[in-house]
Amino acid sequence: MELTPTWYLILAAILFAIGAVGLLVRRNPLVMFMCVELMLNAVNLTFVTFGADLNDIGGEISVFFVLVVAAAEVVVGLAIIVAIMRRRSGATADDLAVLRG
Amino acid sequence: MEQLAELVWLVPLFPLLGFITLMFAGRRLGEPMAGWLATAAMGGSFVASVAVFIGLVSLDSEDRFVEVELFDWVVAGDFSVDIGLLADPLSVTMILFITGVATLIHLYSIAYMHGDPNFSKFFVYLNMFAFSMLMLVLGDNLLLTFLGWEGVGACSYFLISFWFKEEANASAGKKAFVTNRVGDFGFMLATFLAFFTFGSIEYGEMFSGEIGSSAATAIALLLFVGAAGKSAQFPLYLWLPDAMAGPTPVSALIHAATMVTSGVYLLARVNPIIHEANQWAPSLIAWVGLFTALFAATIALGQDDIKKVLAYSTVSQLGFMVVAVGTGVYVAALFHMITHAFFKALLFLGSGSVIHGMHEDQDMKNYGGLAKYMPITAGTFLIGWLAIAGIPPFSGFWSKDEILVGIWDNDDVFLNEVLFVLLLGAAALTAIYMTRLVVLTFFGKPRWRDEITGEAWVAADDDQPLPERHPHESPWQMTLPLLALAGLAFAGGFINMPFSWGSGDSKGDTKYLEHWLEPSLVWDEHHVSVSGGVKIILAIVATLCAALAIAWAWRTYNDERGGTGPDAPEILSRGWRYDESVSNFMGGPGRKGFDLLTRFDRTVIDGAVNKVGELVRLDGTLLRRLQTGLVRSYAALIGVGAVALMIYFLVVGNA
Repeated sequence: MELTPTWYLILAAILFAIGAVGLLVRRNPLVMFMCVELMLNAVNLTFVTFGADLNDIGGEISVFFVLVVAAAEVVVGLAIIVAIMRRRSGATADDLAVLRG
Repeated sequence: MEQLAELVWLVPLFPLLGFITLMFAGRRLGEPMAGWLATAAMGGSFVASVAVFIGLVSLDSEDRFVEVELFDWVVAGDFSVDIGLLADPLSVTMILFITGVATLIHLYSIAYMHGDPNFSKFFVYLNMFAFSMLMLVLGDNLLLTFLGWEGVGACSYFLISFWFKEEANASAGKKAFVTNRVGDFGFMLATFLAFFTFGSIEYGEMFSGEIGSSAATAIALLLFVGAAGKSAQFPLYLWLPDAMAGPTPVSALIHAATMVTSGVYLLARVNPIIHEANQWAPSLIAWVGLFTALFAATIALGQDDIKKVLAYSTVSQLGFMVVAVGTGVYVAALFHMITHAFFKALLFLGSGSVIHGMHEDQDMKNYGGLAKYMPITAGTFLIGWLAIAGIPPFSGFWSKDEILVGIWDNDDVFLNEVLFVLLLGAAALTAIYMTRLVVLTFFGKPRWRDEITGEAWVAADDDQPLPERHPHESPWQMTLPLLALAGLAFAGGFINMPFSWGSGDSKGDTKYLEHWLEPSLVWDEHHVSVSGGVKIILAIVATLCAALAIAWAWRTYNDERGGTGPDAPEILSRGWRYDESVSNFMGGPGRKGFDLLTRFDRTVIDGAVNKVGELVRLDGTLLRRLQTGLVRSYAALIGVGAVALMIYFLVVGNA
């Protein structure tokens, strides 16, 4: 059985779905973060796949952008989580509803 | 030498610097330093004006348009306005006499405002006024002119109600401001219309642009509404007589020599547009001017307050200028504006000197025989009187005659012969009321009494020593400007005398002002073309009228027994009840109309705005339900949205 791009895309789709479902069902912000990372990396995988398949360097370049953005996002997000942990005992996403309309 | 004209930006800079310095350091400088600083600023401005004038003279006459763009001011899409100054013969003529007269009046004010607790504030306003006035004149577009226009209006308001502790002064200031707003409305509409028509409000582009006669008529008349407000023409003249509540130097500078002439200047500035307008528009302007001239002259006859007489006289003389504008003889309008600035500033400053000497009494019926006690004031005042009455060779004669000749000559104006005769009547009335003023003030038997004791201030017998309270001559800071202005009021007419000689190449004449202004004005069939003989006849008729009027008035009002001559009918002293009628109307039926408008504004206009606000608020209350505060529900919504978009593109996008 040949390893065609289809397999990679299916894997990416599965990873993305796991991430998305995790984001929706888990309440721990750290785990939610990991789920977001999973979704981002699933997208990265599709980028790389198409980049290789279409012989276009653009795919790989996009991945670098996503990596950088993800890193920056984690920094900000973790800082927020740490700040919240300092003020209150736990950090459950559903309890943080201060901005409710 | 030509580069000197580029220095035009210096002209408004000096008063601006003076204004800023005095605003922050005025109180510390105190009296009289603040006054001297302001006077020096105006003097510098005058020197700069002379430099610009020299620079302009050294250019060829068709090149005398120096535009100095300082910086961009308003830029929005196709619309752009610079802070740009335009030095051309018209504006330079204006700045020369404005800065010159202003310098003299600043000097005068140092003595006049002596001892006032707000001494430095007065000069702050005075310098600010000079700056605004110069921007009005030098601005190269309608918007910058409007800026100066509003600036002088604001300063006029500040200075009329300068002694604001008395309610009459404060409300006179308000009256001036509100009445001027009516005129400003016309100015603004004209500006919009000009932009709509030409796509630009810069004078240069406006005058080279194409315009239909109806648009030109509309712009000209709207600007005339603005001019009627500022230059106190019927029916908006109401504020000017009340504006005399301000200190006398203010009356002389703002409400006689400079600001009130800005309306006439504006009309002269846009003369190419008036030229394009339908013929009935200039005729209308001329007739409104004539009506104002006659109307105000009759009222002046019935006033006892010396400043009120001069105020109505100013309204009347402005009417003369407007008649000249409507007739198309702009040179005569500007000529009269200049001579009027000289002699009316002189008369106002002279009246200030008299009021000063009479311990703030303004009622002419309490004057009399002052010539003996105030020789310089009286002597200079007499020159001003002969100038305004139109006796040759004083300045007023030449300029008034120029206007009369222009009317006689221009058949395009509706019923120009009738206009001529009526204006001649207004000139005769001018001579009568001015003679009455002079006789009651300076001649005849003294009529002063002490208000408290009722005793005469001066001994009836010349041999006895004078009591402590008696009329006295003013200090040199006041008499020096009087002397200078008297010289100008005498000789000011020589800049444009109607003499000519020779023919062909050796032809020459004495119409210096006319040749100087030629590049700024549209010349057409309105070029005065009557023959020399007719001119001489007209001049003789005008002079005879003035002389007869003076002789009659002198006989009527000069009373050695201490009387004040016959009083004018009451309706004249009350200004034909026009002011009262307007007040009654505005307080009665007019008030109801305004209330109705207010209600319309509250319910319909404000209502619409409020309803829009309520609608947005309703939307908000509905939409806020979406903001649950649950991060996971947001994530779910994003996911649903993404899926929905994907389905959309799969189904619709491919179809």
